[in-house]
Amino acid sequence: MKPDVLIVEDEPAILTSLEFILHHAGWATACVTDGEAAMQYIQLTRPRAVVLDLMLPKKNGFEVLKALRADPRTHDLPILILTAKGQQQDKLTAMELGASGFITKPYANSDVVDAVNELIGTPPLSKKTNIELS
Amino acid sequence: MISGSVVIGTSIAYVILLFIVAYISDLRARQGRWKLLRSPLIYTLAISVYATSWTFYGAVGSAARNGLEFLAIYMGPTLVFVGWWFGLRKLVRIGHNQRITSIADFVSSRFGKSERLAILITIIAVIGITPYIALQLKAITTSLRVILATNPNVSIAQTGDDLGLAFAIAAAMALFSVLFGTRNINANEQHHGVVAAIAFEAVVKFVALVAVGLFVVFGIGGGFEATFARAQDVGISLNTPDSFGPRWLTITILSAAAIICLPRQFQTTVVENADENHLKTASWAFPLYLLGMSIFTLPIAIIGLSVLPAGSDPDMFVLALPLANDQNALALFAFIGGFSSATSMIIIASIALSIMISNHIVVPIALRSPNLFGLKEGQGMTRLLLTSRRASIAATLFLGFVYFWLTSGSGALAPIGLISFAGVAQFMPAILAALYWRDATANGALAGLLTGSAIWAYSSFLPSFATSNEQIAQLLLTGPWGIEFLRPQALLGLDSFDPLVQSVFWSLLANTIALVVVSIMGENNAIGRLQATLFVDVFKQNQNGQRGFARSSAPLNDLFAMTRRVLGTERAESLFDSFAPSGQSRLNIEPTPEFITRLEKELAGSIGAASAHVLLGQVVSGDTVTMEEVMQMADETQQILEYSQMLEETTTELRSTTDQLQQANVQLRQLDQQKDEFLSQVSHEVRTPMTAIRSFAEILLTNKDLKPTQRQQFVRTIHDESMRLTGLLEEILDLNALERGEKLWANEPVDPNRALNRAIEVCTPVTDQHQVSVQLGNLAKDVRVIANFDRICQVFINLISNAAKYNDAKNPSVTISSKVDGQHLLVDFIDNGPGISAADTQTIFDKFWRGTRNPDTSQSGSGLGLAISREILGKMDGSLNLITKKNPAGKNEKTGPNKSGACFRVTLPLHTK
Repeated sequence: MKPDVLIVEDEPAILTSLEFILHHAGWATACVTDGEAAMQYIQLTRPRAVVLDLMLPKKNGFEVLKALRADPRTHDLPILILTAKGQQQDKLTAMELGASGFITKPYANSDVVDAVNELIGTPPLSKKTNIELS
Repeated sequence: MISGSVVIGTSIAYVILLFIVAYISDLRARQGRWKLLRSPLIYTLAISVYATSWTFYGAVGSAARNGLEFLAIYMGPTLVFVGWWFGLRKLVRIGHNQRITSIADFVSSRFGKSERLAILITIIAVIGITPYIALQLKAITTSLRVILATNPNVSIAQTGDDLGLAFAIAAAMALFSVLFGTRNINANEQHHGVVAAIAFEAVVKFVALVAVGLFVVFGIGGGFEATFARAQDVGISLNTPDSFGPRWLTITILSAAAIICLPRQFQTTVVENADENHLKTASWAFPLYLLGMSIFTLPIAIIGLSVLPAGSDPDMFVLALPLANDQNALALFAFIGGFSSATSMIIIASIALSIMISNHIVVPIALRSPNLFGLKEGQGMTRLLLTSRRASIAATLFLGFVYFWLTSGSGALAPIGLISFAGVAQFMPAILAALYWRDATANGALAGLLTGSAIWAYSSFLPSFATSNEQIAQLLLTGPWGIEFLRPQALLGLDSFDPLVQSVFWSLLANTIALVVVSIMGENNAIGRLQATLFVDVFKQNQNGQRGFARSSAPLNDLFAMTRRVLGTERAESLFDSFAPSGQSRLNIEPTPEFITRLEKELAGSIGAASAHVLLGQVVSGDTVTMEEVMQMADETQQILEYSQMLEETTTELRSTTDQLQQANVQLRQLDQQKDEFLSQVSHEVRTPMTAIRSFAEILLTNKDLKPTQRQQFVRTIHDESMRLTGLLEEILDLNALERGEKLWANEPVDPNRALNRAIEVCTPVTDQHQVSVQLGNLAKDVRVIANFDRICQVFINLISNAAKYNDAKNPSVTISSKVDGQHLLVDFIDNGPGISAADTQTIFDKFWRGTRNPDTSQSGSGLGLAISREILGKMDGSLNLITKKNPAGKNEKTGPNKSGACFRVTLPLHTK
């Protein structure tokens, strides 16, 4: 099944939590832990959106973002940047490079889900609603 | 035979000629026609006043009695003029700068313008010169006797008639000198007329002696060779080395001192000097003159001894030889030559002494008690000075006559001259100290002069009366109170030497020692220090170096009245006119300190430095600055100089401090940047576990329907991440403490293998988890390192766990080995992991650097481990390095270009027993 959201994160604990909340929100997710793997995965499977950490081994988030924006095939791919640095300069750089959204760690889970929803619409099966309703 | 009227008539005519020379010279001087008067030739001839009747007559006598000894008399001056030319130049320069009027003025001026010194030197000079003047009287008397005698071959015995003749001559000489030397009172102004007359006389005596010499050598002797051939026959030895013994050396030293210390020599060389450069000419011309004067001495002595009958007075050979050969005209010329040499000496010596007496004895007394000399307020001192000088000349000549009288019958001329030489030689230590020794003091000079001249008076002057005084003769034989030890001519038992030698030796030795010792014990007073600098460093100053009444001022009227008192109305007016600004009246003179200082100098030229200072001090009273104040001002100036120097230093210091501060600032800025980076990194490191914790906590809060296993996993993650946060905080604090340089532990001998085993044991969970095998290679046995056990374990644990955590090899392993290298133990940790890429070798020890994490693990470090380890080892004087190895030892397995593994080497100092 083609994933809706690719999560690129090298911290295992954070990766697990992101995977959980996005999955729980109704999206199909895939996970990679470094920049190169992210590039390869995106070329192969074309997810609908990418949640991209900046501090990554092998190829950092900025490089991935830049490469994706330079490629016409991924030019419009929604990319949500996650960073633990939280510096204004990083946010500006990310926006200049064409990031679709920017979220600072530590974040509220709902912020991530809302941001992803905003980028690619409401998921076909909103578990989130279900959960909240239940 | 020459008739008395001819001799007397010629003499009087000669004197009149001298007056004419003097008059014309003065006239030319007044008209400003200086060309000839201020020529080096006149100057040199004036210095030739050194050659007196002693030279003219006595040298032949000395040669007849003692062979070549007479040469020593010429040796000293020649050595001084040729070899100590620069010293003379210093004397002359100081003489000009300080308006020095006499040798007493010179010494007293140097030693703080001391009146006592001036008086002492004047007294010593008068006593010392008295025998010399007597010598001239004796020479003239004897020569007159010889030339008038019907039978020149008969030796002249001293008779009552001689005394009368000598007195008449002394009186005539006094009159002569008074007329010459004190026609006006301008002591400071050089005596152009007198100097010209003296120069004229120098030519006369030279020509006369050479004429006699030529006649004797070629008229009687038959040439030089034939003359000297007779030397052996008459008992004059030319080849004996005995001539050049201690006595010869002593006489050389004495004559060298005399050419400077004799008051008349000081007068002609220093006071009458018009131009420093004249010394250059004099330095060769004067020795040449002496050579000419001495060249015929020995031939005349030889011929005299061989031709004239035995018992003839050798002192009169110069006269007797022409007479014996009926050369009456030549004899008369020779008489005039001798007369010339005697009169020139008497004139200059008496003038020099009279200046000293009036300036240093009469004027100071007159200044203190004006009534004593009938000085009235406003009345000029001119008359007093003139009178005192005339009286001094008369007194000097009278003393000379008295000496002549008392020592009548005491043989030859030369010994009398040497007594005078020894007397004035006592000035020499003081003069040399004045010129070259800054710390010499007035008291030192006083002590030296007193000691030296006392010994001289006792051992040289006193014995010269032995012939006329029975008691003195007895004293010479047995010593005072029969103490032979203190016999005047054999002091302290030194009787193996000539009396002259021992007298000069003891007096100059004691003189010098007293001068040095007293000077060292005491200290110069303010004015003494000032003058010492002006004298010793004369070549380093400009012409107006002297400072006197530096802050003073005085009503112009008072200054003028005082100057008129000293110089007389006419000269005072012309002096003040010369001070006045150009085109303005002398009433417009500003009595500035500079003016007063100049005035003091001018007055010093007339009445000596000490008197001028006292006199001006009276007038400038009320606002007089004491020397202490002057010195205080000088000190203040010095302080200001020092202060500005200090400011300069401070400025320099400030500049370097600024530089240091700028450097520090740059460093601080770098540190600040590092701190920012560190904070940023810390924040990142904190945010990461915080993110996980918050996220999972939210999940646990909002998802009530989680599976128990999921819930369990999430809670565990929260726990692990919390632990990670805690560990991170601890490591940050640890690193911070290490970096602050705190001494956190004591180093002691540690068994590295025990620490290694402990570390491996602690790491077992990690290595097990990563399935890393820990292998021990060769380990150095029985060694101790200087370290801390817990801390070295910490380093080892860090390295082992790093090797485990970041090892992605199929069969991960870490090999540990150690070896001794010199004073160090090297412990290597070699893994077969991914290795460190070349780009990272520089940065792995940076804080928060982390290698690629094994994705399978949740174990992760803070990124501070290597930084902390390195700090720890640094505190143990050890180090942690990454050893670059392409292919780790013992590993053939190569899993890729970057998979060559990493080798960390710990270096620790060995404990040597």
